[in-house]
Amino acid sequence: MFYIYCPYCGEHREEEEFHPKGQAHLARPENPDECTDEEWGNYLYFRDNPRGIHHEIWVHAIGCRKFFNVTRDTQTYEIKESYRMGATPEVTHANDPLS
Amino acid sequence: MQKYSGFGLLKHALTYHENWQRVWRSPKPKKKYDVIIVGGGGHGLATAYYLAKEHNITNVAVIEKGYLGGGNTARNTTIVRSNYLWDESAWLYEHAMKLWEGLSQDLNYNLMFSQRGVLNLGHTLQDMRDIHRRVNANRLNGIDSYALDAQGVQEIVPILDCSSNARYPVLGASWQPRAGVARHDAVAWGFARAADAMGVDLIQQCEVSDILIEDGATVGVKTKQHGTILGERVGCVVAGNSGVLAEMAGFKLPIESHPLQALVSEPIRPILDTVVMSNHVHGYISQSDKGDLVIGAGIDGYNGYGQRGSYPTVEHTLQAIVEMFPMFSRVRMNRQWGGIVDTCPDACPIISDTPVENLFFNCGWGTGGFKATPGSGHVFAATLAKGVAHDLAKPFSMFRFHNGALVDEHGAAGVAH
Repeated sequence: MFYIYCPYCGEHREEEEFHPKGQAHLARPENPDECTDEEWGNYLYFRDNPRGIHHEIWVHAIGCRKFFNVTRDTQTYEIKESYRMGATPEVTHANDPLS
Repeated sequence: MQKYSGFGLLKHALTYHENWQRVWRSPKPKKKYDVIIVGGGGHGLATAYYLAKEHNITNVAVIEKGYLGGGNTARNTTIVRSNYLWDESAWLYEHAMKLWEGLSQDLNYNLMFSQRGVLNLGHTLQDMRDIHRRVNANRLNGIDSYALDAQGVQEIVPILDCSSNARYPVLGASWQPRAGVARHDAVAWGFARAADAMGVDLIQQCEVSDILIEDGATVGVKTKQHGTILGERVGCVVAGNSGVLAEMAGFKLPIESHPLQALVSEPIRPILDTVVMSNHVHGYISQSDKGDLVIGAGIDGYNGYGQRGSYPTVEHTLQAIVEMFPMFSRVRMNRQWGGIVDTCPDACPIISDTPVENLFFNCGWGTGGFKATPGSGHVFAATLAKGVAHDLAKPFSMFRFHNGALVDEHGAAGVAH
């Protein structure tokens, strides 16, 4: 059972209050009409799937209902940090010595 | 290979079963193979078996980092069916179904394949519309499929709560009588034994650490335990770890790995002689020959490689089971586990060539790969042998996510398995 910190509520709450919403920091192409099929397909369907540090979006579905980001290890399930939308993560694959 | 038979069983009883032959060898890997298959689960072993049997390619290695059939093959709920909506997937799964029928004799190994039928329940008007549509689509493809009303369901499963008092009353179901269950471990062992007998090397405890690429084509794999093993063609059949292997080869797959869990109860007397699945309340259940109720749950929504599921999912699943079968409310659960499933955006597999020449992937089976085991191996073997996709595999190229020709099976495949 995850115990997730909501950066908007400022509190830890149980997993069941939240829903995971997939990979974080995906930028929609600025001009979709000018994308090649490959670029658009990559944006729609191709996701990072690391065994280790992963940045993902969660929503505090039955709390404040806001979206935020979580950095989590997909192998140990340890949550490294929660941070607001638009912020940059402090823990990354590059700087986490254990992953 | 020693042939298994009733007479053999009697003969070995005379020597207290102490003289049985080993089921397969433990060979040292050769320097070079015609085909290397990475992943010794059901699909990988089936691929090796059909490569040898149908294409006479026996210089084959199956490389497995753990032990044979120790991943999702050992972790699923053993359900076999082929009532998929779209032609492409219906053909693929029905191909597998036809191979299942007679596979025990083919392999000379008792797979305990039991065609006890599968019910997919409908609880809402929209469920029933979808069921009628899927049943009609199935029948057009020659798949046995029937739409039942609540009374018809009640006749097949008397202990199911089909009353109007239920929170989500059962309105009907689709019914595939040829569907059923098979003994999951036996499937891996049967394929492994038969492949080994034809000369395939099964190399366990050997982890691939890199895929070797020269001039845009693969030439083999690097392993942690046995160094470099060369191969003309390499097929990766590694389910949840597909993304990790694709990264080694330098490309990305449209796959996310999620934990999918199952649980079994304590063994009880025979009570349920078919398979009952419900997408709407989200649980599925059958009873094994040993007597335990085998219950499947949904995937956890987040990515994970932990081979364990979350407790909220267990709770929701058991709520669904008790909703359908109030009499199971006091049955105690014995064991719970998770497997890592490789889910695709359209809930269909990837059986495909890749941006790297001579490298092929068979993955993305997500929550429903077990039922396809023989079919998957059969078409992937043809793909590896000829270097081009088998006709049934063609719609399942990984490049469909760039050209948009998706096979959207979420209705029939995305939830319950």
